[in-house]
Amino acid sequence: MFQRLPDADDAARRTGIRFTLDGLPAQGFAGDTVAAALLALGRDTCRQTAISGSPRGPYCMMGVCFDCLVVIDGVGNRQGCLVRLREGMVVETQAGKREVGR
Amino acid sequence: MTRLDQLNDLKPIYDVVVVGAGPAGMAAATEASAHGLEVLLVDEAASPGGQIFRAITETPLHDRRVLGEDYWKGRAAAETLLASGVHYLPGATVWHLDPVLQFGLSVEGRAAAVTARRAVLATGALERPFPVKGWTLPGVMSAGAAQTLLKASGLVPQGRVVLAGTGPLLWLLASQYVAAGHPPAAILDTTATGNWRRAVGALPAFLRSPYVAKGLRLLLRVRRAVRVVSGVIELSIEAGDGSATEIAFRRGDRPMERMAADHVLLHQGVTPNVNLASAAGCALEWNETQACFRPRTDAWGRSSVAGIAITGDGSGIGGAEIAALRGQLAGIDAACELGRMAPEVRDGLAASVRARIAAYDRGRHFLDLLYRPADHFRLPHDEALACRCEEVTGRHLREVAALGVPGPNQMKSMLRCGMGPCQGRLCGLTVAEVIAAERGVSPAEVGYYRLRSPVKPVTLAEIASMPREERDEKAVLRV
Repeated sequence: MFQRLPDADDAARRTGIRFTLDGLPAQGFAGDTVAAALLALGRDTCRQTAISGSPRGPYCMMGVCFDCLVVIDGVGNRQGCLVRLREGMVVETQAGKREVGR
Repeated sequence: MTRLDQLNDLKPIYDVVVVGAGPAGMAAATEASAHGLEVLLVDEAASPGGQIFRAITETPLHDRRVLGEDYWKGRAAAETLLASGVHYLPGATVWHLDPVLQFGLSVEGRAAAVTARRAVLATGALERPFPVKGWTLPGVMSAGAAQTLLKASGLVPQGRVVLAGTGPLLWLLASQYVAAGHPPAAILDTTATGNWRRAVGALPAFLRSPYVAKGLRLLLRVRRAVRVVSGVIELSIEAGDGSATEIAFRRGDRPMERMAADHVLLHQGVTPNVNLASAAGCALEWNETQACFRPRTDAWGRSSVAGIAITGDGSGIGGAEIAALRGQLAGIDAACELGRMAPEVRDGLAASVRARIAAYDRGRHFLDLLYRPADHFRLPHDEALACRCEEVTGRHLREVAALGVPGPNQMKSMLRCGMGPCQGRLCGLTVAEVIAAERGVSPAEVGYYRLRSPVKPVTLAEIASMPREERDEKAVLRV
């Protein structure tokens, strides 16, 4: 679980961003990537691997490890650490490999 | 600076295309632009700064003491970029570069091609693989990743936080957590004890370098506030309920010790991110001191491929200050090559830049020797995953290496290591070093993965979205 420092948690100054995570309402802040928003919500697992089904979460946060893959607005295999959170985004954790057509 | 919001705003050709908006890329782009060249700066992040100055224009942290003055120095570089004539394309993934200097890039699921008269690759560094058992568990991430969360979102890990590894970034992150009022529970220092002996010869030069004062301040601040366990020679991370709960470690001849940990933040230095350069055909060479492959470059950053320069940490680890200065050299050289100045003028401009590089370089050798990660942490434990994507363990690698596999490309054919989406970024060095160790030769002889375009996963739909002319269609359609 990650927490926001008080300096960064000034609701008056930062815009809250509402999205859905696995069908449930959730909130992050402007400037968050999808991966950061999930970690701030206590979700350290964002996918299961395609090989063994092991749980994984963000490891590098800079676009090189591909362990933060999630489904965003119906598109699988998106790198959560590179995609900015947007109002109304539909985020799903990803089980195994990307499905055809998604 | 002109910010491009979509691919349609791109011109088909630019004088200079710079990849990466960290210290080196920002400096190269602004320098080239200042000499009247039309420059495109492409970056994967949403705002400039690279990893070291991540979110420098938009961090939610206002208390400057938390991230420290070295971070805030990035503000000046970003402001110079903002005031320049550079065309800046953020949120873009570069997945192709070829020897005729044509780039393939994607934004938001759409792709386009751009041609450069000169290419400057400033793709920076990535954290060296740390293949210990449990490094793939949720709750475990790299120290750099945790620092990104701090810079970009003001996030700190809660609960029992253990930092493990070696290198300046580990200590910097610890000091930032201390300054934020959240000191970690412990640092497990894996710096090999023999490194001090090897580094002592380089100490006098380090003492005359700009790194000394800030390095000592950093170490003192952390050691006052955090339990530091030195001489760690073995690590493994255990899980409960799918996430990290405990870290086991061993010092010298002692038995294994255990420590509760909700978060484990790993780091053992950084290495050049060579994928784009290598796929474009730029030759790599092995650097034994830094234990990594890096592109072969000359004093201007020119690679083995005409027209492609590689600068900053992507051409060899030197740190942020040296990266920015090298970037400036690449910008000056591009201006000269494209006829904006005579070679004598270029050499005159470069002289003062080179003098500043030399001042920082004095201290680097000591840091390289002191923080060279130990062999037993660069080589994976039998039970540890070496390739995270394809889930190949250290034991798999050794068993197959024993069959007489000569190099990483043959290993890839046998085990699929390096064939997952990260394209070897998190296993390439590990695989090369395991084979080298099994064969009893240098990684220089074993070589690296043969990297090919596209260097980032790209969908067929993205490629199909590329603008095309009639002749392109005729080339593939049966009439």
